[in-house]
Formats: sequence, C-alpha cells, structure tokens
Amino acid sequence: MRKLLSLTAVAMIAFGGVAAAQETPRKGGTIRMTAPYAASFGSLDPHTTPRAQDDIVNKALQRTLYNWDSKEGKLVLELAKSVTPSEDGLTYTYKLRDDAYFHNGRKMTADDIIWSYTRIMDGSKGYPAARYVRIIKGAVDVEKGQAKEISGLKKIDDFTLEMTLTDRVDPGYSFFVGSTAILPKEEVEKGNYANNPVGLGPFKFKEHLPGSRVVAERFDKFYKPGKPYADKLEVLIMAEAAARDVAFRNKEIDTSILGPAQYVAYREDPQLKNGILEVAEMFTRAVTFNHSYKPFADKRVRQAINHAIDTDLIIKRLVKDKAYRAVSWLPISATAFDKSAKPYAFDPDKAKKLLAEAGYPNGFEFELTTSQNESWGLPIVEAIIPMLAKVGIKVKPKLVEVTVLTDIAMKGEHQAYIGSNLTGPDSLTTMRCYYSKTPRTACNYTGYSNPAFDKLFEDAASSIDPAKRNDLLRQANNLIYDEAPIWFFNYNKAVLAYQPWIHGLQANPTEITHQYPEDIWVDAKSPAR
Amino acid sequence: MLLVLVRRLGNVIPTLLAVIALVFLLFSVLPGSFISGMNEDGRSVIDPAVMERMRKEMGLDDPLYERFAKYVGKLATGDLGTSFRTREPVTKLIAVRVWPSLKLVFAAMAFAILVGVTLGFLAALKPGSLIDTVSMVTAISGLSLSQFWFGLMLMYLFALTLNWLPSFGYGDGGLRNLILPAIALGVGPMALLARTTRAAVLDVLNADFVRTARSKGMSERLVVKWHVLRNALVLVVTIVGLQFGSLMGQAVVVEKLFAWPGVGSLMVDSVFQRDMPAVQGCILMIVLFFLLINTLVDLAYVVIDPRIRYG
Repeated sequence: MRKLLSLTAVAMIAFGGVAAAQETPRKGGTIRMTAPYAASFGSLDPHTTPRAQDDIVNKALQRTLYNWDSKEGKLVLELAKSVTPSEDGLTYTYKLRDDAYFHNGRKMTADDIIWSYTRIMDGSKGYPAARYVRIIKGAVDVEKGQAKEISGLKKIDDFTLEMTLTDRVDPGYSFFVGSTAILPKEEVEKGNYANNPVGLGPFKFKEHLPGSRVVAERFDKFYKPGKPYADKLEVLIMAEAAARDVAFRNKEIDTSILGPAQYVAYREDPQLKNGILEVAEMFTRAVTFNHSYKPFADKRVRQAINHAIDTDLIIKRLVKDKAYRAVSWLPISATAFDKSAKPYAFDPDKAKKLLAEAGYPNGFEFELTTSQNESWGLPIVEAIIPMLAKVGIKVKPKLVEVTVLTDIAMKGEHQAYIGSNLTGPDSLTTMRCYYSKTPRTACNYTGYSNPAFDKLFEDAASSIDPAKRNDLLRQANNLIYDEAPIWFFNYNKAVLAYQPWIHGLQANPTEITHQYPEDIWVDAKSPAR
Repeated sequence: MLLVLVRRLGNVIPTLLAVIALVFLLFSVLPGSFISGMNEDGRSVIDPAVMERMRKEMGLDDPLYERFAKYVGKLATGDLGTSFRTREPVTKLIAVRVWPSLKLVFAAMAFAILVGVTLGFLAALKPGSLIDTVSMVTAISGLSLSQFWFGLMLMYLFALTLNWLPSFGYGDGGLRNLILPAIALGVGPMALLARTTRAAVLDVLNADFVRTARSKGMSERLVVKWHVLRNALVLVVTIVGLQFGSLMGQAVVVEKLFAWPGVGSLMVDSVFQRDMPAVQGCILMIVLFFLLINTLVDLAYVVIDPRIRYG
C-alpha cells in the first residue's frame, strides 16, 4: 500500500510537471541551473567524460541519437525521424533529421554519426563511451586497431543510416547517453574543442569560467520549432549544499538538488514546499555481500540479514524519507519492475531461525566497507550494527573514501560494502550484474552464480519480443530478490527544488539534474537579467 | 640584497623537488585511482576494458620511479603534464585559475592587515581599555572560527538577510563577489595580526629607547610614529609574510564554499578525482607562491630595519 501511494505520488508529481509545461511558455529570460556534484566540470568534450556533472551542460550544448522522455518514461528518437528494425532484430535503419544544424551552421548528416562513433572507438584514447558503441558490429575491431571503419555502420544516403548490432539489444539505451553525442568533425579537429564546444543542442556555447560556470545562448537554428524558449542558460557550479541552500533562498539560482536534511526543511517551509520535484531515480542503494566470504555463500544468511534490519525505520529516521524502499534490484521506473513485489519483513526471530539453519546459531562477524556518504554510508552502517547484533551478527565497519569503493568492489577485497548502484534505464544491462559470466570487474561485485538465473537472463537477452524479454527479466529480478545477494536498502528519491518562475522541468529518473533545457522556460517574475 | 635573492632562489629547486617527491609518494600509497574516481558516487559506470586502456594511456601501470623520472624530466622543460580529467595541459588549467586566486588572496590579506593591524595597534596603545577587550575578543574569535561556518554566516547576513551582496560565484570578477570570500579567508590572519601587533607594539612601548624619547620631551604622536611603528613592524611583517604565503593553500575551503574559481578549488577537486598531474601542478603553484612571498619578506626586513644584514 505504502509503495502504491509512493508510486502514485511520483506519477502525480510527474503529471504536475506536465501540467506546468502546458501553460503558454514565455520567450526570453535566463535559466540558472546548478551543477552540484563537483567543484568543476571535467570536460566540455562529451566523448571524453562519463560524469553526471558534465552531462548537465551537455544536455544544453549537445544532442544524441536518442533522448529519454521523462513524461512517457521511455526512450525516443532525437536525431532521427524514424527507425526500422530488421526481422532478426540486429539491423536498424534510421531516417535522420534533415533539419538538424551544428552551431557552426552546417547541417548534420549520417557521416557525422559515423565519424562520432568511430572517434569514440579510438582504442588509443580510451574514451569512456566505448562501452556503448561496442554494441555495433565491427566497433571492437576499430578499438583494437584492426580496422579503421566500423563495419556495422553504413551510410545509405546523407540522411539514412544503417546500424548492425552484435546482439539483440535496444540501441536506444546506448545512444541516449550524453557521452555518445554527435559532434562535427571539422570543429573537433581544430584541436581546441573542449574550450569551444560546437554541438547540435538548443543552446550554443558562450563562456566557460572553469570552477565557476558555463554560459550558453539560444541557438536560433535548433530543429524544434519555437524552442528553446530562454535566451540564455547558465550552469553554475555549486558543490556545497549549504551554500546552494543560501543561494536558492536568496533567489540567485533557479534549481537546487536537495539532500535529506534540506528535504525536511524545504517540505516544512510554507513557501519552498510548493517548488519540489521528486522522482525515483534509477539508483539502488544496497549492502553488497561478497559470496566468496563463507557465511555469505549461504542464501539463508543473506535473507536473515534482510529480515534482521528494520529498513523502513532507517529510511524514515536517517534518510528522512528521501528514498523509496527497495523491493528488488531493478528500480521502480524500470520496465521489468514487478509492481506486486513485497519487501522483506522486519523479523529478527525469523532471521535468527535462518541463521541457525545455515549453521550460524551464534551469528558470525564480518567487515562492512563504507564511505562517509550521509544517505548510503557510515550513518546507515551505524544504524545497522545494533540491529544485526541482536541476531548475533557482529559488524566491523571499515571507512574508506568514496572513490575507493569501486576499486575495492572490483578487486573483490570486500566482505561486504555499502554503496549506490546505477540500475537503469536498461533492465537487461542492469540484470547482467548477476550473470555468472559477468566478471567482478564488470559489476558482478557479489560473485553471484546461479544456473537458474543464467537461463532466464540468456533467454531474455536472445528474445526479440520486448514483452517476452520484459517478462523474463521480471522473473530474473524476482529470483534475485529471493536469493538476496545483497541487502536491499532503497531507491534514491531525487529531489530538485525549483523557483516559482521556472517551468517545464522534467522528473528525469535517469538523473534529475539532466534536464532538456529547450523545454524549460522562465516567466516574468524571474529576477535573472 | 642580491646575494639574499640568489641564495633564496637556490633553495627553491631542492624544496620543489622534495615536495614533488613527497606528493608522488603519497599518491602512490593512496587507495583509489583516477578511473575509480570517475564513478562519482555510483552515478557513472566505466567499462573494465576502457579502464585498462585509460590506465595504459595515462601510464598508471608504469613503475613509480619511471613515472617520477618522466614527470621531473618534463618539469625541467616547463611541462606540468596533461590532466587526466580534462585531457588538457595542466599549465593551461592552472593559468585560468591563478588570477582569481591571487585576487582573493590579496583581498583577504588587505582586509587582514587593515583590520588586524589597526585593532592590534589601538589595543596596545590603551591596554586594559574597552577597545583592548573588544579587539582581543575579536581576535580570539577570529582565530577559533571555522572558515566554512563563518563564510556561511556571512552569506546569511550580507546576502540573504541584508541583500547587499551576492552569496556566491565569480560574477564579472568585480568587488561585489570578492568581498564575502575575502573576509571569510582573511578573518584568521586578521586575528593573528591583531594579537601579534598588540604584543609587538606593547613590547616596543616598554623599550628603553622609547622611554628615552619620551623623557627628551618628544610628543607621544611622534614617539609612536618614529620609534614604535617602525620597530614593531618587523614582527608584523614576518607574520604577514607567513600568512600571505600560506593563504593560497588555505583558500581551498572558501573557494569551494563560494564557488570561487581559484587554484584551491581546482586542487581539491583534482585530489578527490585522483587527477595526479593537476594536483602536482596546483601544489607546485602554491609552494612557489609561498617561497616567493617569503623571499620578498626577507628582502623587506632589510628595508624596514637597516640593522638586519644577511652574511
């Protein structure tokens, strides 16, 4: 019931966003967004960076083959008008837009897409987006230096592109990612692209003051008629939450991402509470058990931990309700999410019983690696310790810097660690983390191996029918929930505070700070000049 | 004077080498790498094959001594390397940050000298008076305040409550955006200068030559102007020099809080993301600034007090 209400709330908020966007948009004005994840941008060359922080700017300056439609909760074509998949589900023929212009005035053609994807596969450079382009036939050959062209990309004419894939996957999940943006060759080859990015986006680059801001201006030849609405867009770097709070209250910024403490304060403020956008983001927070540590090899031990922790209490008291209880590995917004899933009940007696059955009647001890993160780090571990102690499990916390967590997980140096995991939007990719052939370095951090799961996953991967694939993935997800390879904690509830004069913001579950700014407009009450 | 300059500059190279070696060593034992740092709180996923390629491209798998030798070799030609994060020359990365940093440091120091020396001087002239008490309470508070908390309070008061100044950012680079971060950064040195000036002036006021000057019938104003000020200045200049030199390194917190685009915020971001060439470059910049200011202070001693000679 509680989950149903939460889902309804998400839907209502998303609908609210749509309703606001349906007012008559005002032309002009300045949008002032914030970049909260670091004190600088990594690079304005999208191919070189996988960072969420950099993608905030990329959404304004650049365009990808697909976009994520937050209203519909699905991928949509962006640089193509239509796509026709072949019968075997391996070849996609795109009819490209013939009205998309780069900011230097040149029209985009199929050559630009081929050149951009080929650049990404330059093995000598190690571009992060190579993992996405690798789904195209022949891309790996380019990466290894065995070919100069990607054989699976064929230009039929200037505005028709044929793409052949190695597997039956939806290419949209790869080519909506910001780091696969389509760039103009001639501008990149000038050698100063990161300082003067030229893209296909609704705003063209004007200024980058490193460590402070990026400013962009409306691009009049943008292919969506009448858009963008605003004349100017500023993305202001504000890594400190407290400073962002002051700036937001002082009306110096239009949007601000909120942490748990601010979420409570904003909800209780009669003025600020009307400007809160919430969405269940595609991040699953969890304690990942390393199954090579003997006690965690037993499913009953893992289930016992899920029963021994009062997850709802932690979400309410520590995370301040800025999260949705996790009821599976896949998040709420995933297409294969099972809406009937029930969470593990808080039941210490059942936990003790399961531990006894597994041969640990007196419990055991394990080391839990954690970062300082307030929502999925040390404060949560401190709450877990006494709960697990009641069933006889002793937890030894090991504090590390957040950047070290991934290294530890990849090397399998943990007995267990608590972290946040990207679990969307592609359910197939997300579920691959439990496929036995997925190495630990490629996200199988538990070292999970189960033939029943493998069968479901392989059947899903080879299925052409989207409905059948979804069903198989749903079954695989439910199996994982029963197997409890992790402690299912929560899905992040991303919260964006916004000023009353800004409209058209999107409740984007892939990352709430990633807004398509052509849909955003500011009314006359905005104090920005 | 020239000898002092030559000797000081002679010390710069071994100091820099020692700093570079230390930072290299520290980074080699520090867990985590640039590539794992790209994960950004679980918000990005890096493919293992790509990670391998990136490690190779960046030379992260080479032995430490080899990387160190390569780095020092490049440094000798003025090349600070290429940033892992931006894939741009580090010199270019730092160059755009130097001017905002210098602006902030100079403004903070100007505030510290103006307020600190004045308060300390007034307190020393009237020891035990109300102004002395107020000055010293201000100084002790200034020394105890955290830059972060004080900066936030400044934002609340001058931006949110009074609406006089912007709360953050570089704006057009003008004074309005500079005032709050400069005060937040300058409050520590200001407090130290107030206490040092008070102690130095009190010391000189009780010296024999001041008593002699007074007994000769010299007015108090002239005594202060000719004897007290100049003699107290040597200690004050030492503190100013030390504080000034280290201020660029101290600016990290303030720069991050106020979203000020200086070397400090670049360094902290680079540390968190294990962008080693950028960290090295920033540290070199900060150390160079410190050494330069200290050399200038040494030279200033000779001008202020002709009795000081470097043999």
